[in-house]
Amino acid sequence: MKIPYFPGCTLSTTARGFDNAVRASAMTLGVELVELPEWNCCGATFPLLVDNAIDLIGPAEVLYKASQEGQQLATACTTCYNVVKRTNRTLKEDGDMLDKVNYFLEHDSDYEGSVEVLDVVQILRDEVGWDEVREAVKKPLDGLKVAAYYGCMVVRPPDEVAYDDPDDPTSLDDMLSALGGQRVAWPHKTECCGAYLAVKSPEVTREMSYAVLSSAIRNGAELIVANCPLCQFNLDRQQQTMSQRYAGYEPIPVLYYAQLLGLALGLDGSGYDLDKTTVDARPLLGRVGLL
Amino acid sequence: MIRSEENAPISKVLVIGAGIAGMQAALDVANAGYSVLLVDRLPSIGGHMAQLSETFPTLDCAQCILTPRTVEVGHHDNIQLMTYSEVESVEGKLGNFRVVVRRDPAYVDWDVCTGCGACTEKCPKRVISTQFEVSMGRRKAIYTLSPQAVPNKPVIDVGNCIWFQRGKCRVCEKVCPTGAINYDQEAYTLEERVGAIIVATGYDLYPVVNLGEYGGDQVPDVIDGLAFERLLSSSGPTAGKVRRPSDGKEPKEVVFVQCAGSRDPELHMPYCSKICCMYTAKHAMLYKHRVHDGQAYVFYIDIRSAGKRYEEFVQRAMEEDDTLYLRGKVSKIFRDGDKTVVWGTDTLIGQNIEIAADLVVLATAMVPRLEGKLVAQMLDLPTDENGWILPAEDNIQPVETRWPGIFLAGAASGPKDIPETVAQASGAAGKVLSLFARWGREQEREGQLQTSPEAERLAYA
Amino acid sequence: MRVKLSRASIKNDLVRKIEEISGQDLLACYQCGKCSAGCPAAFAMDMLPSQVIRYAQLGMVDKVLQSDTPWFCAACQTCYARCPKGVDLARIMEAVREIILQENGDHVTVDDIPAAELAEFPQQLFIGGFRKYTA
Repeated sequence: MKIPYFPGCTLSTTARGFDNAVRASAMTLGVELVELPEWNCCGATFPLLVDNAIDLIGPAEVLYKASQEGQQLATACTTCYNVVKRTNRTLKEDGDMLDKVNYFLEHDSDYEGSVEVLDVVQILRDEVGWDEVREAVKKPLDGLKVAAYYGCMVVRPPDEVAYDDPDDPTSLDDMLSALGGQRVAWPHKTECCGAYLAVKSPEVTREMSYAVLSSAIRNGAELIVANCPLCQFNLDRQQQTMSQRYAGYEPIPVLYYAQLLGLALGLDGSGYDLDKTTVDARPLLGRVGLL
Repeated sequence: MIRSEENAPISKVLVIGAGIAGMQAALDVANAGYSVLLVDRLPSIGGHMAQLSETFPTLDCAQCILTPRTVEVGHHDNIQLMTYSEVESVEGKLGNFRVVVRRDPAYVDWDVCTGCGACTEKCPKRVISTQFEVSMGRRKAIYTLSPQAVPNKPVIDVGNCIWFQRGKCRVCEKVCPTGAINYDQEAYTLEERVGAIIVATGYDLYPVVNLGEYGGDQVPDVIDGLAFERLLSSSGPTAGKVRRPSDGKEPKEVVFVQCAGSRDPELHMPYCSKICCMYTAKHAMLYKHRVHDGQAYVFYIDIRSAGKRYEEFVQRAMEEDDTLYLRGKVSKIFRDGDKTVVWGTDTLIGQNIEIAADLVVLATAMVPRLEGKLVAQMLDLPTDENGWILPAEDNIQPVETRWPGIFLAGAASGPKDIPETVAQASGAAGKVLSLFARWGREQEREGQLQTSPEAERLAYA
Repeated sequence: MRVKLSRASIKNDLVRKIEEISGQDLLACYQCGKCSAGCPAAFAMDMLPSQVIRYAQLGMVDKVLQSDTPWFCAACQTCYARCPKGVDLARIMEAVREIILQENGDHVTVDDIPAAELAEFPQQLFIGGFRKYTA
């Protein structure tokens, strides 16, 4: 199947590794992510004031452009997913806001709310199925204990964005299981990493990321996978100064699920940027035969 | 108007549900000399009260105050008791209801069974008792609900019986001294005519699985109030010793979470379940009486302990049993190693609180029984948006319904405690006895039966 | 010192403004604290998230405007997802931030960010952060 795809600004630059991995692995599984011919930044955070029309313009324009390509839109960055999906719902429920936004966008036709926004993991679960993913595995994860970190953006607010159980989601865990990984049950899979707080308060972000990292480690994880570039960045990067704050802290690699998926499907991992992380995952991946 | 024998009103009442409400109503009517048909879905009577250890505010042993009632009901000449039964249909009106009751097959002939218990003892199949022991203990595939069950006759759980599932065993049949086991027993129905009906179908607790942030029933040491009652109960699965489900250890740090699913119009039940503040205080006290070096914490939003020496009871939990009350709702409960971590808050000092608990007891919302809602549908009784059966009028007609001759008693119409339930049961019985007394006086008048203007009005209301 | 309450003090313009731009009814909150209990950033805040609403309910918005709490909110939505009354505290926080920003100016500027970070860090961090921290 082909589906229009919105990579977002971060996947096109600092998180290009995620983008490359997601496109290649989805393609191997029969899902061609067709990038929108033109797109713009979604705004990276959903505007929460009810009269903030201007911050809806960015994501609304993405939706408009998506509507010119089809009726569905795939995203891999879960922050983009959250922003565009919540925007879509706001526009569908608030006729006045929709009119205002369409008026501002000045296109020949109006956006009517016709696009369905989907996360890539959701598409793989529902259109491909984990059984088929299991069949397609060339290099199984060999019992590697991977903690799936879902973050906030795919689960909250549940009635607006969740395609999985918001308190105990399992879609990424099911994927990792299909790849031959061993499930890690841990209680911080949807606890916030700190998000944009790093702009002004990196030490707060460090604490919040530490809560997530230490929980994964305590519950036996050897590796963490994330679905959002900001989460991956916070959890990975904050480990640089972690042992200053927490004596004896042992680092744990944090990757994108797509990188693991691609390698397990037998793809060569080129362009995955595995050399660009703070905590190097390559020795671990080498040990289980993925690299 | 002359009434013939055929449609003369019948001074017999059908009571649907044999918990404390149904039993009290049945006894009041039976003791006045009238006939009662008392029906319950479970194999034995007593409802949820039979599962409790002690009751608030007196800390009376629940069995001690309940058993005299159950025994009296079981032996009463005027009470026709049908357990393991359900009302299938009701037709007619005040004075003349035709009801059909279905008795499910127990696969044990209760007329022959003496209640010796040999079958239960020898049965090789042990399963978790999800109903009576709230998964805190086990029973056999052939079982009675409790040692003091009335009737003390077993039923076979077909889904777990080795004979019914795999065609082997039949040990119960072999050991039964009176030959009471009958694997071919079938359901049967009974048609009865009654003059009035009392609906006493009771309540259930909101399922823990719906509280995802509290573990969604996946964390073994997070249990609900009825399960904790079983742990406290001296005839329960741990003989009254407080042991946590995961490893049987005695918990030293116990967290009680009030309002678990109540007062939550956005996600769960909007109403207050009324009894939880009281039974939580009771739980904290009973826990401390058994585990002297333990600590009880109660997370609450408000304390609802109105009237009847209830406030004094809660103060005792705080002052005499050192229960720490924390004003704030719990946001998340999860397993960490062998502890159960509780994330709550104390709004009074403005700080978040974390407790690494050994055991967590959720005071889950009371909800109407599913079977109660079906009974309401069958009787064409309106329910509110949460499923509670609506009385005729909330203020001054709490036990009457829209239909003359059909009355309500107990938790079927909304959360309430035992004293209120018993009072309502006697109230409903009083309404019924008032009808029977009037009909009796009418029938006494010599010769033809005559109607009184009031009976006329009631019959054709 | 006693806090003096009156009709005028509790329903002042700032309270109205918060309600208007957040779209929330502040009095729907019954102060249960569940939002605070689940907030992953509360440890850094000088008042609990639920206290932000409490002070606003009492008309004491100045207290809120001086607090650092709104700046540590990561908009993770845990509060809103669990609130038994459906109060969207994340929106209320945004409203408070907006009022402070319009009064005091931006909470962060580009000059505050070291050049190396601007080059290396994912841009969604800056876009999101600037959206929250500038007027």
